[in-house]
Amino acid sequence: MDLVTLTEAGLYCPAGDFFIDPARPVARAVITHAHADHATTGHGAVLCSAEGAGITRLRVGPQPTLEALPWGEPRQIGDARVSLHPAGHILGSAQVRIEVAGEVWVASGDYKVEPDPTCTAFEPVQAHTFITESTFGLPVYRWPAQRQVVADMASWWQRNQAADRASVLFVYALGKAQRILAGLGTLLGDDCGPIVVHGAMTALTDAYRAAGVRLPQTSLVSALPKDFPWHQALVLAPPSAQGTPWMRRFGAYADAYASGWMLVRGQRRRRAVDRGFVLSDHADWPGLLQAIEATRAQRVLVTHGQVPVLVRWLAEQGLQAGALEAGYGGEQELETAVTVPDA
Amino acid sequence: MKAFTALFQALDATTSTQAKLAAVQAWLEAVPAADAAWGVFFLTGQKLPQRVPVAELKALAASEARIPAWLFDESYEAVGDLAETIALLLPAPQQPQAVPLHQLVEGQLLGLRTLDPASRAAVVRQVWCSLPSEQRLVWNKLVTGAFRVGVSRQLVLRALAAVTGLEVGTLAHRLMGGWKPSPTAWQSLIATDQSDARTGRPYPFCLAHPLEQPVAQLGPREAWQAEWKWDGIRAQLVCRGGTVQLWSRGDELISETFPELVAAGRHAFAEDLVLDGEVLVWRDGRPAGFGELQKRLGRKQVSPRLQASLPVVLLVYDLLERAGEDLRAQPLAVRRAALEQLMRDVVLPVSPLQLAPVLAAPDWPGLAAAREQSRAEGVEGLMLKRLDSPYAVGRARGDWWKWKVVPYTVDAVLVYAQRGHGRRANLYTDYTFAVWQGDALVPFAKAYSGLSDAEMREVDAFIRANTLERFGPVRTVAPGLVFEIAFEGLQLSTRHKSGIAVRFPRMVRLRRDKPPAEADRLEDIRAMLARTAC
Ligand SMILES: [Zn+2]
Ligand SMILES: [Zn+2]
Repeated sequence: MDLVTLTEAGLYCPAGDFFIDPARPVARAVITHAHADHATTGHGAVLCSAEGAGITRLRVGPQPTLEALPWGEPRQIGDARVSLHPAGHILGSAQVRIEVAGEVWVASGDYKVEPDPTCTAFEPVQAHTFITESTFGLPVYRWPAQRQVVADMASWWQRNQAADRASVLFVYALGKAQRILAGLGTLLGDDCGPIVVHGAMTALTDAYRAAGVRLPQTSLVSALPKDFPWHQALVLAPPSAQGTPWMRRFGAYADAYASGWMLVRGQRRRRAVDRGFVLSDHADWPGLLQAIEATRAQRVLVTHGQVPVLVRWLAEQGLQAGALEAGYGGEQELETAVTVPDA
Repeated sequence: MKAFTALFQALDATTSTQAKLAAVQAWLEAVPAADAAWGVFFLTGQKLPQRVPVAELKALAASEARIPAWLFDESYEAVGDLAETIALLLPAPQQPQAVPLHQLVEGQLLGLRTLDPASRAAVVRQVWCSLPSEQRLVWNKLVTGAFRVGVSRQLVLRALAAVTGLEVGTLAHRLMGGWKPSPTAWQSLIATDQSDARTGRPYPFCLAHPLEQPVAQLGPREAWQAEWKWDGIRAQLVCRGGTVQLWSRGDELISETFPELVAAGRHAFAEDLVLDGEVLVWRDGRPAGFGELQKRLGRKQVSPRLQASLPVVLLVYDLLERAGEDLRAQPLAVRRAALEQLMRDVVLPVSPLQLAPVLAAPDWPGLAAAREQSRAEGVEGLMLKRLDSPYAVGRARGDWWKWKVVPYTVDAVLVYAQRGHGRRANLYTDYTFAVWQGDALVPFAKAYSGLSDAEMREVDAFIRANTLERFGPVRTVAPGLVFEIAFEGLQLSTRHKSGIAVRFPRMVRLRRDKPPAEADRLEDIRAMLARTAC
């Protein structure tokens, strides 16, 4: 029996009558994490991880009742026994374990296996069937070590400071921005120079701090005086700010973009920034294979990204593999920001 | 290879000309002559032919990466660049070594072509094992013959001029005519002694800009020389010390392709001289179209039969050197007078070397009227050259203009799409367009330029949402978008399904106002062809 099926609204568990990351309003939703393509509004009841409750609330709005479940704690929903396990993607990101009559399915949500100082590390969970994402499901995607990437960012920033120009780094407002902040804080200490953020990031960054993640001090761009020494600052902004009048205040600046896609030269050039940093909150190819292997699942259903490729690869490795195409994400790393207007 | 890779990355990372110039200069100052020679060779856009067949290289990379061929192909499709795909797939090098560029090129790269596949594979594998990951990308690009980086030849020459203190023109000239990199070649390239023999080398070609302003803004008509703009191959006939060579603008020796032109030069000229002109297939007193000329290209053996069925001429329009004297700094009027005298005195009327005519129309409206006759004359429009202009190096602005006729346009329906390469690797940017024949759409042109980035993304989204089928990297798209396609030339073809071959197609705009049913019909295009062919 399939514990999870694909419906118009997204992944659905008939035994518990709930949806996982539904794309449209439903009575009962289990939300893996707070990225916009997973956490939508208009639901009746929402279940999410205790670690991610703060930022999930920012996303789903005040209406739904929100139940926050500690890691690993079982919760009976209908005939299904549900528990949440860390996915290592962003703060509070969860894999959903579903058990019905001894049969175990795990839906991964988005995940990465590399350690991240801003969230609990990915936990391999044994399952009969594993539903995996595949955003970077091609062997060309192999990430450099995060420590190296953050060190590169720091030296880029310092070189810009020496050349009297601001450093504008385009990153997703949720997850990536805070991961970079934490990394730079650890590397440079608290005394690393002014870090300023776009208005789209403040609420989320504060929610991270409220959840106990240690981040260096940041200021809101719009709250600073016009003659602020921008040329010393690192500016974190969502990609949508690129090329807008908002950028004018910085005067001379160098810009960069941090994303897994920056691994490919064509993508770097398409972004038209001075520098691309390869940093992703998704598993790379070895990470996907390692995670899948660790579940010991005999059956793997692939969603969210390079579906046919990963299905074929897994089938050739002797696994029972299939596609489960949900409507989200698609071919880009779609992690749009909460749009808080930058007044 | 390390320094050259760092230069490649620096050039790749910036769009600022100043930054690029500085990067090339710094590199030139830092590297030994042997490396500089090869680096300049590649940076100025000269290529070694593909050293390893693509299929062989792909198979080798897939085996090194321990992935099946299909997964390699999927990766290639996502990345869009073969050299980069391979660099991203290979396992980390076991013992990275510092190998100088010239050593890699001369020791490994040059010999690859003549090896048997097994030995070739061994060499490539050994280089991959020894190079750090980022250097492999550059090496792979040299192997595939696809090395390209965003610098113009002119920029490299400027950097070289700044480092050596030589003139750009001198350097450009020394680099012409199949310059072969070596430390000795490097020393003579940067030698301060300017009296070097010019034997065999053509001059850098003087190029024209497209005319964008109204022609009357060029000032008095009397200051200009007007010629037809021929649709052939630009070439210099270099006669020095008894040898005659024909060089194309691509810096390629084409003497063997057009032996009758070389023979005519040998026959006509006793003195050293250099002529600039256009090679054309000529029949019944007019050019026969570029398609006919293409049939003569790329052949090493040119039979007398081919020479008779596709007769070529060199229409000469400039004289760059006479009796060993460089005339390029002289005004065009002086060079033209000398050229006319030369051609009158020594060239026979039956020779395939002929003087390109100058248009006589006394004023701009007269020239505009002549330009309207371009298609009937089998030319692309007019060339306007300032009578006091020197023969400049490269594309000096303001002295030479090409005033082309407005190209043909056709409204056609998008039917196939393929991912772009390089910076467009993740977008569907290469399109095939079709026109109606009865109630079927017949593909007739491919185009991949002319759209803004925003339009390209819009079309990309349409393609993804309206895909009917996928064949590897190609998607069949439901008819829905109409584009205005412009092209320069048109001719009958048996190799194309539509029966028509187009030259230089490009997208002019997206016709949001036109439903597919209102796109042009094949009959319309045939009619266009009938109007132009005589
Ligand atoms: Zn996500
Ligand atoms: Zn996602």
